[in-house]
Amino acid sequence: MPHNAKSSDNAGLNVAVLVSVGRHPLTARARRADQDARAVEMALTLSGAAVRLVHASVDDSDNEAALRSYLGMGIGEVNLIKQASGADVVPALVTSLRDMAPQLVLTGTRAETGEGSGLVPYLLSEALGWPVISGLAAVESIEQGVATVLQALPRGKRRRLRVRLPAIATVDSSAPAARQSAFGPARRGEFDTYACASVMDELQAKWQVQPARKRPKRLKIVKSSSARDRFKAAAAKAESGGGQLLSDVSPEQGAEAIFALLKEEGVLR
Amino acid sequence: MSDIIRRDPRKEWIARNRLHPEHLEVLAELGGGASPSEWMGPNGLTRRNPHAVGFIGPNGIKRIDRSGAQQAANQPGSRQAQPKDTRRRVEIETPAFMVAVVPDLPGGRLSSHDRDLLGLARQLADADAERPGAVLAVIFGEHKESVFGEAGVDRLLHMDGEEFSGYLPEVRIAALQSVERELAPRYWLLPDSPLGGAELGRRLAVRLGERPATQVWQVEADADSDTGWRCTARGAAGTSDITRAMPRVALALAECAEPVSETRHAAQPVELTQALPEVLGRIEDMGEVAVDPASVALAEAEFILSAGNGVKDWDGYHHAAQVLGATEGASRVAVDDGFMPRDRQVGATGTWVSARVYVAVGISGAIQHLQGIQSCDKVVAINLNEGCDMVKRADLAVIGDAGEILAALVARIERYREQQQENRDAA
Repeated sequence: MPHNAKSSDNAGLNVAVLVSVGRHPLTARARRADQDARAVEMALTLSGAAVRLVHASVDDSDNEAALRSYLGMGIGEVNLIKQASGADVVPALVTSLRDMAPQLVLTGTRAETGEGSGLVPYLLSEALGWPVISGLAAVESIEQGVATVLQALPRGKRRRLRVRLPAIATVDSSAPAARQSAFGPARRGEFDTYACASVMDELQAKWQVQPARKRPKRLKIVKSSSARDRFKAAAAKAESGGGQLLSDVSPEQGAEAIFALLKEEGVLR
Repeated sequence: MSDIIRRDPRKEWIARNRLHPEHLEVLAELGGGASPSEWMGPNGLTRRNPHAVGFIGPNGIKRIDRSGAQQAANQPGSRQAQPKDTRRRVEIETPAFMVAVVPDLPGGRLSSHDRDLLGLARQLADADAERPGAVLAVIFGEHKESVFGEAGVDRLLHMDGEEFSGYLPEVRIAALQSVERELAPRYWLLPDSPLGGAELGRRLAVRLGERPATQVWQVEADADSDTGWRCTARGAAGTSDITRAMPRVALALAECAEPVSETRHAAQPVELTQALPEVLGRIEDMGEVAVDPASVALAEAEFILSAGNGVKDWDGYHHAAQVLGATEGASRVAVDDGFMPRDRQVGATGTWVSARVYVAVGISGAIQHLQGIQSCDKVVAINLNEGCDMVKRADLAVIGDAGEILAALVARIERYREQQQENRDAA
């Protein structure tokens, strides 16, 4: 990656990264959220850009270590917006982003705690009137207020998009992995705390939340009038073939058959 | 020829009576001119053909009916009973309300996720038999699907045009907003899938000012809630279940409901009366980017060329993968022997792959490996051993030396590429 080639491009670029406290999927410990950390990594690789971290939540000490691990990635401070417990963070984020006026806002696709609906970037975009792009894999270039980015699609595909700044972008899990968090900088980093009026999320208070139940496995239902078909479906081995078998063929004939299948499936480019 | 079966009761009676002097002739006649199962040989010995005894029953099994009662059914003119379409035809003329569904249509066809979602929409629409709702499917751009009605669609709104071919979420949202204004569906259902439904649904919900339920996996009737429905949705990265009243916009996961199978619907085309508004998109689609297949994670690769113990010419294999544009995979043996890196291992200890096409070269198919390729659509096996498990699993199995077949395949594909190049130059 030509880091130094980029440095002049992004000078004066203001990037805000919205970070949240994640939850380790196995140990359930608070950690830096994976996609948010990737967003921070992406912002840091835009060399020359000024990166600010924004976090809005209840001020509690349990999550301090998790937030500090973002600081350990090489950032001086986190802008911490204090909110009451059970508050909707979107209005507070809108106010602070208006004040900050960044050109680019990066964040993870969805949070690892709470509702985790992935709606925050869309709500912010609607409130601020900025375009939003989802599932970023890389930022290719930022020139004259237009960002060229790669969007991650399923099956490892990528789509190139151009978007006019200021914009909000969510970062996909296929973006480059976040760098390690260093202990010393994490301890030295500071929280720039300020309070903001909390808007309570009343709807959420009505919901019942419980640990995830295992989803019932779908049964294979065979709807057939004939008993023989039903029996065959129930007794048949799942992996009984029915495939085509070519033996005693020359390699060329075999290759031709495989080629025909690959072409029919459309995997040959 | 008429389809009416002509029966000759007298001949049937002779066929049943084994002592009748004309028994064999009549049997042969009724058997469609097939050779009789028993006849007198030239030396006066009775000869039997056990294969000619009996008839093939309607289910494809050979039946021997000593009574002869079934003989008439064995006439050459008799047809196999056609499997009749027993699905009920449902037409909803004046729906009480609409349930709008925006399917993903990957590759222009309804995916299983889309079908599940349409099943959920039917569940919401058909709850009150007195006042049924209609399921409205809103689709964008070109499609190849022909069975919307069988998937449970009553009304089909097809928005075709240049502007819907690429990735332009802002244009699509504006179009969906027009649908909301004109048809005012009671519910909006979208698939919560990375193929586009997740993003479109969130954009739509925010634009409509609704708070959607995301990652919904169950919807149940609930008299206590305002809408009469309660939904269960995954929250916190799939570690919690949120139970709440069903909102107007819901983004549902796969297998949220059973797909429609018992009814056929009209899929009547509908049109919007007003023209769609012009939208100036701020996001510009520059098209898909060619990616290096080697850099694609094995779990999400579309096309995998996997090598096992049968591969001897490793340079040839890597070359073949490069020419095919396939992601490389390996069986455990190939990894243990040091020919392939550990992160390329497919199977129980390695990666569970979901490729559309999986080519197994010289892999015999241990059960751990077959587990790893469960969700692959098409499996091609190249192997020396005809009896191995991979050949049984494969949709296409070629028996022969892996190196030679790969070399021939590479030559074939290079020829194909050259032809394409020539066509392009000529054009």
